[in-house]
Amino acid sequence: MAVNAARDLPKAAAAAAIVALAFLPMAKMPAFYESFIYLIFFWVSLSTSWALLSGFAGYFSLGHAAFFGVGVYTTAALTTKFGMPFLVTVPVAAALAALLAAGIGAVVFRLRRLRGELFALLTLAVTFVIATIILNTPIDGGGGVFMSAVPLPDLMPTQTGTIYILGFAMCVLTLATAWWVAHSRLGLGLFAIHDDEDVAEAKGVPTFRYKIAAFALSAGIAGAVGGIHAMYVGFITVAGTFELTVGLYVVLMSVLGGARHWLGPAIGATAITALLYAFISGGEAIMGRAIVGLILIAAILWLPDGVIPAIQAWLKRRRAAAVTTRAAVVPVVAAAAPTISERSILQVRGVTKHFGGLQALAGVDLDVHEGEIFGLVGPNGSGKTTLINVISGFYPLTSGTITLDGAEIGRDPAHEIARRGVARTYQIPRPFANMTVLDNVALCATFGGPRRSKAEMRDEALHWIGFTGLGGKEEVLPAGLNLHERKFLELARALAARPKLLLLDEVLSGLNPTEIDNAIRLVRAIRAQGATIVFVEHLMRAVVELSDRVAVLNEGKLFALGKPREVMRDPRVVSIYLGKAYAA
Amino acid sequence: MPSATLLGQALISGVLAGGMYGLLALGLSLSWGLLRLVNLSHFALAFLAAYLTYELGTTYHVAPWWAAAMVVPVMFVIGLAQHWLFDRFKVNELASLLITFSFAVILEVAIQLYWTADYRRFETHYSTLSIKWGAFYIPVLDLVLCLVAGVLAVGTWLWLRKTYVGKALRAAAEDADIAAAYGVDHKKLAYLLSGMGAAYAGIAGTFIALIQTLAPAQIWVWLGGVFAVVIIGRLGNPLGALLAGMLIGASESIAMAVLEPAWAPVVSFSVLIAILLWDPEWL
Repeated sequence: MAVNAARDLPKAAAAAAIVALAFLPMAKMPAFYESFIYLIFFWVSLSTSWALLSGFAGYFSLGHAAFFGVGVYTTAALTTKFGMPFLVTVPVAAALAALLAAGIGAVVFRLRRLRGELFALLTLAVTFVIATIILNTPIDGGGGVFMSAVPLPDLMPTQTGTIYILGFAMCVLTLATAWWVAHSRLGLGLFAIHDDEDVAEAKGVPTFRYKIAAFALSAGIAGAVGGIHAMYVGFITVAGTFELTVGLYVVLMSVLGGARHWLGPAIGATAITALLYAFISGGEAIMGRAIVGLILIAAILWLPDGVIPAIQAWLKRRRAAAVTTRAAVVPVVAAAAPTISERSILQVRGVTKHFGGLQALAGVDLDVHEGEIFGLVGPNGSGKTTLINVISGFYPLTSGTITLDGAEIGRDPAHEIARRGVARTYQIPRPFANMTVLDNVALCATFGGPRRSKAEMRDEALHWIGFTGLGGKEEVLPAGLNLHERKFLELARALAARPKLLLLDEVLSGLNPTEIDNAIRLVRAIRAQGATIVFVEHLMRAVVELSDRVAVLNEGKLFALGKPREVMRDPRVVSIYLGKAYAA
Repeated sequence: MPSATLLGQALISGVLAGGMYGLLALGLSLSWGLLRLVNLSHFALAFLAAYLTYELGTTYHVAPWWAAAMVVPVMFVIGLAQHWLFDRFKVNELASLLITFSFAVILEVAIQLYWTADYRRFETHYSTLSIKWGAFYIPVLDLVLCLVAGVLAVGTWLWLRKTYVGKALRAAAEDADIAAAYGVDHKKLAYLLSGMGAAYAGIAGTFIALIQTLAPAQIWVWLGGVFAVVIIGRLGNPLGALLAGMLIGASESIAMAVLEPAWAPVVSFSVLIAILLWDPEWL
């Protein structure tokens, strides 16, 4: 009971705070306080909405003012020019801002060269363009828009009270949305995009769609906030609405509080708003700007993750002794007799891949049978890893077809291929750096495998953590693992997706002989559970021990194919590996 | 539709005004392309230099070229100091963007506190000089600016291409660790480059003082256009920065002649967005 009470305490406190704040305008306090608290709600909503894309997925936008401004001017134009009731314009403002963001996202997220800072500057550029358009068209026309004639609904006894309650509702709604996103499938995908977008896509996260969804949601909230703020401001100008500092403040507040946490921006926003207010009321508005700038510099240098993550890390260190999750150790059983059917699960036909003038794959044909372990060998630069990258969809094909289980996948995006049952590992492990081992594996179960409940995903993840011998490391971040453990984490992540076809890229390189023996047993056990395995390997002992068939690639072409011992004795194969002198 | 003479004049003034874009883009492009640091305070530094030139010129009657000789080394030192901070805290691209943004805000406040938010104009007798060429007028100051920008861009380009230091810098930009393993002292070069970038901002600032009307808020006016120029001209490519600057300058000027002047800001971004979408090989 005591534990329950402790757990319910934050919920009870939050509920009490919501009720108290909602009835505050009834207290008939001076309008000055209502305005001040409204401003806190305003900045909390705006910075939290910014963090939905920029904090969670790591695409920093410097153009949040653009979406906010679209909201402000939508409400301003619809109420003053078309006489639409104010409350109706707010959802319209949200919809327009969201639509704009989705449009921008559909264009910029397709750019293959889009890096973080390019996105930041593009969003900044969009702000200038929209500000110029509004300034030069009748939407504003350069004179500004007066809102004084627009009637406010009588939600509260006073005007400021009504604006207060609208801002408060917006704030609660925004925080609820942020909480929901952070704990949903969408949020999980966004966090993975933040850490390593390519890997997220390969594990089945529809990165393009998720980024657009987050962008539209983020902008939509900013638009609604802008719609309400239009009434607060009263007189709207382009210079005031699209002020550069709006974009700066939301970044500052979120970074200060912790942009990756749903509550982080709210903490930062409350602190900074109070601080700015202190300066403005002291008549030092200009100094306030400089001091906010200084705080941002200090925060980024000394507290790069923000206040909330810093507190969380501190709490975690205090509780480090009590490990809450532990995977059952699953004994690795000896493999049952292999059952290889003649049916081919993977068909590769005439596959070519060019990088500019370089031909990495020059027409490869392969058939992999269901249930077999298929070795892929060849000298460095022969195209082995490229073939893995093409099958898993990381590189688009230049020409040819790839069929999985009868379905053509050669032109599908990587996350579709992952969902059809193809999982891969990376030669150099690429775990999600900000997620624990358990979360890393659970993410791959969530996006790669069939849809299941959260608890089932967790059990699935724990099963594979135990299977790969990582039991006891569930709550560790990848940085705390050694190379051997990271390689097994790669395996656990791939297995959690329950793949039909598992692509292993040099899982054995860098391991010592005992670890290699373990890994070989593990690969056999994986096959015994029904997966087909294609593996790239340089270690000949493992290739000969493990594979049912071996394909040798050379200069992007299939050079030899057959039983491992026969292929490895083929003088032509020996000659491409060691030079002609050894072939005799 | 305006006359051919007007369009020709717009083209000439645009290309010449584009020299300023190119000059401002030069330092930014170098630090972004070769050091992976996005320096938003570049504009604030240029305006600080402009205000210093103005102050030296109006209060102490120092000629602009002597003012530049004093201001540019100061800027170089500020560039070094900034880089010390980046180096000390191992700042990445995004963090550098936020930090220099804040630094620019602080500089803006400092400028406003000392010189106030009023417009300032540094009047010189050559500020209105122009050469008549056929039906067209060529402003002398803009021409000098373009020549200086051209010399700096070509000089920097040759330096990066032909000398050991330049090649080492480009190698370090590709992969600092590997370059270090081959004996490239990346840190020292990075300091040199940061100092140079700020010095270029100083040179640009001298011309801003002579050509433009000064106000603290003007710092941000250049931001969007110059970033478009840096990206179009390719990161780390001095010649590209200059040519892209002239392209943007000309297109803005022609847009102003054909449409209304207030539409000019849209042009550079439309060109940028169009080029990003077109996604040509050379970008």
